[in-house]
Amino acid sequence: MADTKNKFVHMENICKNFPSVKALEGINISFNTGEIHAIVGENGAGKSTLIKILMGVYPETSGEIFIEDEKVDISGPVVSRALGLSAVYQDVTIAGDLTVAENFFLGNIPKNKFGLVRWNYMYEVAQKALDALNIKVDAHSLVKNLPVAKQAMVVIAKKNFDKCRLMIFDEPTALLANEEVEELFKIIRQLKNEGAAIVYISHRLEEIFELCDVVTVLKDGKWIDTLPVADTTEDELIGKMVGRTIEDMYSINHTKPGEKVLEVKGLTKTGKFEDVSFELHKGEILGFFGLVGSGRTEIMRAIFGADRYDSGEVVVEGKKASIKNPPDAIHLGLGFLPEDRKTQGLTLKMSVKENINLASYPDISRFGLINLNQEQLNADEYVDKLRVVTPSVNQKVLNLSGGNQQKVVVSKWLCKDSSIFIFDEPTVGIDVGAKTEIYKLFQDLLEAGNAIILISSYLPEIMGIADKIVVISEGKNMQTVNRGEYNDEELLKLASGIK
Amino acid sequence: MKSKAKKDKFFRRFTRVAESNLIIIMVALIFSLWVLNDKFLSFNNITNLLRQTAIIGVLAVGMTFVILSGGIDLSVGSVLAFSSILASKLMVAGLPVWASITLALIAGAIIGAFMGIIIHKGKVPAFIATLGGMTIVRGLVMLMCGAQKIMGLPEAIGDFAVNRYLGIPAMVYVWFLTIFIGWFISKYTVFGRNMYAIGSNTEAARLSGVKIGINICGIYGFSALMSSVAGILMTARLGNGVPTAGQGYELDAIAAVVVGGGSLNGAVGSIPGTVLGTVIIASIRNGGTLLGINPFILDISVGSLIVIAVLFDQLRKNKTT
Repeated sequence: MADTKNKFVHMENICKNFPSVKALEGINISFNTGEIHAIVGENGAGKSTLIKILMGVYPETSGEIFIEDEKVDISGPVVSRALGLSAVYQDVTIAGDLTVAENFFLGNIPKNKFGLVRWNYMYEVAQKALDALNIKVDAHSLVKNLPVAKQAMVVIAKKNFDKCRLMIFDEPTALLANEEVEELFKIIRQLKNEGAAIVYISHRLEEIFELCDVVTVLKDGKWIDTLPVADTTEDELIGKMVGRTIEDMYSINHTKPGEKVLEVKGLTKTGKFEDVSFELHKGEILGFFGLVGSGRTEIMRAIFGADRYDSGEVVVEGKKASIKNPPDAIHLGLGFLPEDRKTQGLTLKMSVKENINLASYPDISRFGLINLNQEQLNADEYVDKLRVVTPSVNQKVLNLSGGNQQKVVVSKWLCKDSSIFIFDEPTVGIDVGAKTEIYKLFQDLLEAGNAIILISSYLPEIMGIADKIVVISEGKNMQTVNRGEYNDEELLKLASGIK
Repeated sequence: MKSKAKKDKFFRRFTRVAESNLIIIMVALIFSLWVLNDKFLSFNNITNLLRQTAIIGVLAVGMTFVILSGGIDLSVGSVLAFSSILASKLMVAGLPVWASITLALIAGAIIGAFMGIIIHKGKVPAFIATLGGMTIVRGLVMLMCGAQKIMGLPEAIGDFAVNRYLGIPAMVYVWFLTIFIGWFISKYTVFGRNMYAIGSNTEAARLSGVKIGINICGIYGFSALMSSVAGILMTARLGNGVPTAGQGYELDAIAAVVVGGGSLNGAVGSIPGTVLGTVIIASIRNGGTLLGINPFILDISVGSLIVIAVLFDQLRKNKTT
C-alpha cells in the first residue's frame, strides 16, 4: 500500500533560529499524496513554525524543501500558493460581506467581453465546486451569515477549487461542535481520496486516531518519531510528546502556604465556564492548565470584574466580595496581567513612568491633582527593583523588549500594592533569559507574602513552578492536583477531557 | 569651546521637546512672512490675528482632549451655535449677562456629556455619535430661534469683542485662559493621564482600574464646554445670536490639532502642539491675505499642510520601526 503513495513534499534538515531560541532543529519530514499526516506536540514544540516555513511566512534558517523531488525556494506566501500549498487556519480568513461565489473568485473575478462581471457563471461554477464535496451551502449566501462550521467548509472548497495539492489544517475543529466535526472529517477524507496530501494539526488526540494515517511527534523543535497511527496508542504519543527532564529553570523555593486569600465557589457563566471552584493561599502559586479555548482566561476575567458572570461566589480574605468592575477587584488587592500585554496590559504610547503608575493615580493624587514627585519616585523604585532595562522612565513602553514590558506590567500592580497576582500566559513570546527573570520575579513576589495564579498552557512551566494545578477542560474544573501527585501524561489527559 | 558645548546641550534638549519641529516651522513661517511684508509682525496685526483665531483656538483646545482619547467630536460647531442662541435668548429675556452665560455653558457641557454616554454605553463610534449630535443640535438651534438672528443684546456683549486690556483684545485672554486650563488638566491631573491612557489602549486602561465611562463623559463634556465658550465669544463678535454660526468649524479645529501633532489614533498630541498648529494655520491665512494672495490658493496651502504634517509623521514613524 505505502508504495503506491507518492512523496509530494519533502522537507529536509529544516532549522529555524529566532533571536536566542532554536525553534526547529534538523527536521526531516515528508507529506505524501493521498495520506493524512498528523503533527502533534506541545505548545512551543515547533508545529506552527514548521508550517509557517512551508507556507512561506518565515524563511528557514537552513534546510531544503522539495516538491515532487524538485528543490523549491518558498520565499513568500505567493510562491507557496502557486505551488499548490495552502493552509486552513482556525480563524477563518475570507471576506464575510461577500457571497460564497465571490469569495471563490476573489482576485480573479470572471468578466465578459464588456468587462462586466459574469455573475451567473460565477454562481454556477462555485455551486458545482461545493456540490462536489457535498457541502450543503448556497453559493449566493453571504459568508458572514453562515455558521462557523460552514464557513470553514467554504474555505476548504475554495482551496480545493484553487487546485491545492497539499492542505494544512491547523486546529480546524477548535470551534466546531461534534456533528460538525464529523462533516468536516468526511470532506477531508474525500480530499484525501482524490489524491491531496493532508497535514492535520490538533491537540485532540482522539481525532488523530479517527482521521489520520501517519503521525509525527515534535518536541522542543526536534523530530521525535514518525509512525503509522495504526501502530500506536494515545498513551505512547503523549509519552513521546512530553518525555523530557524538567530543567533548573523552573526551580522555585516552595514555602508552606499561609492563610487562604481567595476562594471561588461555583463560578458559572453559561456557555463559557461552569461550576468552577478553587482556593488560593498566601505564598502559593496556583496553576491553571487547559488547552487554548478551555475557558481559563474567561474565568479570571470574570473574577477580576472585567466580564460578568452568571452565578457563584468570590471570597477575598474571608469576606464575600462583590466585584462588579476592575476597580472593585483592584481595591481588594487583585492585579491582572493579561495574556496579550500589548493589547490589554500596557498603554504602549505612554511612558514607563505613566504605565507603572497607571493603577495608582487615585492614590497619589489629591483633588485630581497628581503628586508628580511621588509619580517619579514610584517609577524609579520599581524600575530599580525589577531591573527594568530602559534608558529612562520617560521612555515609551513601545520601545522596550517583551521581557521588560512584562516587568512594567508587574510593576504597575506592585506599585498599587496588590497581593493577588493573576498571570495569564506570562511567558508567551519572550525568550528564555526573560523567562528566567520572570520566574525569579515570582519567587520575590511569594517571599513578600503575595499569592499568584498562573495560567499557562505550557506544561513544563506549570509543572515546574505551580504548587497546585487546576485542570480546566471545556470550561469545567476537571480536577485540582497537588505538586508531585501527577505526571504530565495525566495532566494532558485531564485537559483533553479524557477521564 | 565651552559655549559650543552649552549650545549643543541646548539643541539636544530642544529637539527632545515633542513640539520642536512645529516651533521651527512656525518661526520659519513667521520670519518669511515678516520678510515679505513687515506689517505682518506689527503689534496691530499680531493682536488682530490672535483675535480672529481665538474662537477656533478655544474649540481646538477641547478637540485636543477628544482626539487624545482616540475619539473625534464633529458637534463642536453646532454646540457653539447652541450656546450662542441660548445665551442670547436668556439675555433678551432679561436675565443678567453672567447668569445667561453660565447657564449656556452648563447646558452645552451637558450635551457633550450626553454624547459621551451614547459613545460609551451605547458603543456608538464617536464619529457617528457626534455626527448625529451635530445635526440634532443644529436642528434644535433652528427650532429655538425660528432660524432668525437674535438681536437686541446688552451692549456689554458687543463691547467685549472690541475691548482691549493692556492693548490685547479681551477675547484673546479668554483663549489663553482655556489654553492654560487645558494644558494644566492634561499635564497635572489624573483625568489628563486617563485621557492619554484611554487613547493609547482603552482595554488596558480599564483593566488597570480606570473608569472609562466617567472619563469619556468628562472628555466630551469638556469639549462641549469649550464649544460653548467659543459660542459666547462668537456672540460677542457678531453682536447677535446667530443660528448658523460655527458651521464647518469642527474641521478647522481638527485641522489645528492634527497640524499640531495630534494623532487620530489617540494618545499622541498635546495642548502646546495644538496651539502651535492653530497659530501656524492662522498665520498662513493672515499673512497670505496681507500679501494679497488669492484666498483659494490659501485653502490649497492649508489643506496641503494638513496632509504633509501627517505624512511627515508617518515617514518618521516608519523610519523608527
